[in-house]
Amino acid sequence: MSTRPTPGRRSPALEPRPSGAAAALGTRVVRHGSYEALGMLRNGEQLVLAIVLPLLALVALVITPLLDGYGGSRIDVAAPGVLALCTMSTAFTGQGIATGFDRRYGVLRFLSTTPLGRSGLILGKAVAVAVVLAVQLVVIGGTALLLGWSPMPGGILPAAVLLLLGSAAFTALGLLVAGTLRPEATLAVTNLVWILLAAAGGVIIPARSLPEIVQGFVSVLPSAALGDGLRDAFLDGALDPIASLVLLAWAVLASLAAIRWFKWS
Amino acid sequence: MPTPAPALLIEGLTKDFGPVGSLDGRMVRVLDGVGLSAARGAVTVLLGANGAGKTTTLECAQGLQRADAGSVRLLGEDPWRASPRLRARVGVMLQEGGLPPSVRPIALLRHVASMYRAPLSVDLLAERLGLVGFGAVSIRRLSGGQRQRLALACALVGRPEVVFLDEPSAGLDPQSRTIVFDLINELRADGLAVILTTHLLDDAQRLADYVYILEGGRTVAEGTVADLTADQDADGLRELEYETVPGLTLPTELLPHLQQSEPGPGRYVVRGALTPRDVELLAGWWGANGVMPTAITMAPRSLEDVFLDISGRSIR
Repeated sequence: MSTRPTPGRRSPALEPRPSGAAAALGTRVVRHGSYEALGMLRNGEQLVLAIVLPLLALVALVITPLLDGYGGSRIDVAAPGVLALCTMSTAFTGQGIATGFDRRYGVLRFLSTTPLGRSGLILGKAVAVAVVLAVQLVVIGGTALLLGWSPMPGGILPAAVLLLLGSAAFTALGLLVAGTLRPEATLAVTNLVWILLAAAGGVIIPARSLPEIVQGFVSVLPSAALGDGLRDAFLDGALDPIASLVLLAWAVLASLAAIRWFKWS
Repeated sequence: MPTPAPALLIEGLTKDFGPVGSLDGRMVRVLDGVGLSAARGAVTVLLGANGAGKTTTLECAQGLQRADAGSVRLLGEDPWRASPRLRARVGVMLQEGGLPPSVRPIALLRHVASMYRAPLSVDLLAERLGLVGFGAVSIRRLSGGQRQRLALACALVGRPEVVFLDEPSAGLDPQSRTIVFDLINELRADGLAVILTTHLLDDAQRLADYVYILEGGRTVAEGTVADLTADQDADGLRELEYETVPGLTLPTELLPHLQQSEPGPGRYVVRGALTPRDVELLAGWWGANGVMPTAITMAPRSLEDVFLDISGRSIR
């Protein structure tokens, strides 16, 4: 299987040359982002979470009457919610679990000693989330279009803003969980939270249709802000300022908490 | 001629851990005034038992831990606030490797190389460390020795001036050990500062230009191997080993000031400040008991004796 090592023979690989310098910051971040994105897309469980489950959700919402009565066709109401679900699965659950296990195996510590550094590592993860989310947008959005989705063209820009804010908020939340809990606990917590928010967090089913007693609470969750905000954007072509502010607040607070409490080892 | 500045200079390094992990919820002092300096073109070894503070010292030097007190200068800079420029000049091999199990070895090495402007050739480095042919296998399927070699390759691929190797010979088979030791000698010859930890005295004796012995978070002795093992006693012999039938009842009352043991069946070690009179007494005891040694070796003071003298206990 392996080639025999060659002890004693001096190879040109080790000959001294002027000491190495770091690659440029942007290069390092983009390279690490694409490395992590490829890792996520190659991982079977992550693919189920990122692509298969959202596709199943999309089809289920189109063939069942669950979303009837929210205005527009079933697919028009379903598609924005499923895109919000994608953001949660990639930025929060997938990224959180991967980071938790990287932390356990010392990968975070090792990479932080390379020119990538701690900040480059975090920026790279954000890039990876953006890349995977882009793939999801193409696959899930494309499937939705085939199923008859007709988003308002004027809603695309507001939706992009919300997706960016939502990714930032859920990435910071995922890092916060991964950096403070054991990886097994991270796995359990991020999956459980994903299921709870998907079912009753205003992601797929609009917050205003939930029981009145929980509406106020749910509407300030990042899941509802993203789900309802995306529905408003694609159904009406409007940017929901409150949803944007809620997501921004979650992104800022979770980032500050992650900076304060994240443990690298 | 002024002496060149050391690659790493640590003075009065103090580090407390806790309360997480400590049983009574109080801070635990892990490092208590560690001082050391590591020169370029030399192998500096941190030697000590488990828990002596070797890894924490390295982590402070690598910028993975922040010093509570004291000063750490790595290539003249503070490693806790290391710039990417400084990180590019320093290679690190962590004790547990820091390798992601699901990634393929060469893919990881290529990724680490991509963080540098002018890395070593991944193909040549992989060949040199015997890592070619693992293209389709993930890291979790590698043996301990293969993982160690991969971690070493990751530490070297950026062409560093300083390398930190935390227990580089842990889990190595004899073949990997030869490769790794040859490589460390080459790095020294190339003018790198090599700083490594070990709890194996043989490794320290074979590799070290300069040794720091750590005990309870302090540097308790330092020097070249020759300095440390130089004996205050005139005869300089500290160890007598003989082989014969196993299971002898050792004559402890005959040589009360020496330590006697049977570390392997039929292999006996007498350790301490040996005098000619001790040798005569031992030989007399052999004669009186009909014991015929098949091999006798006399050895000078080893690093193990130094460690024993300083700490009053064995390193293992």
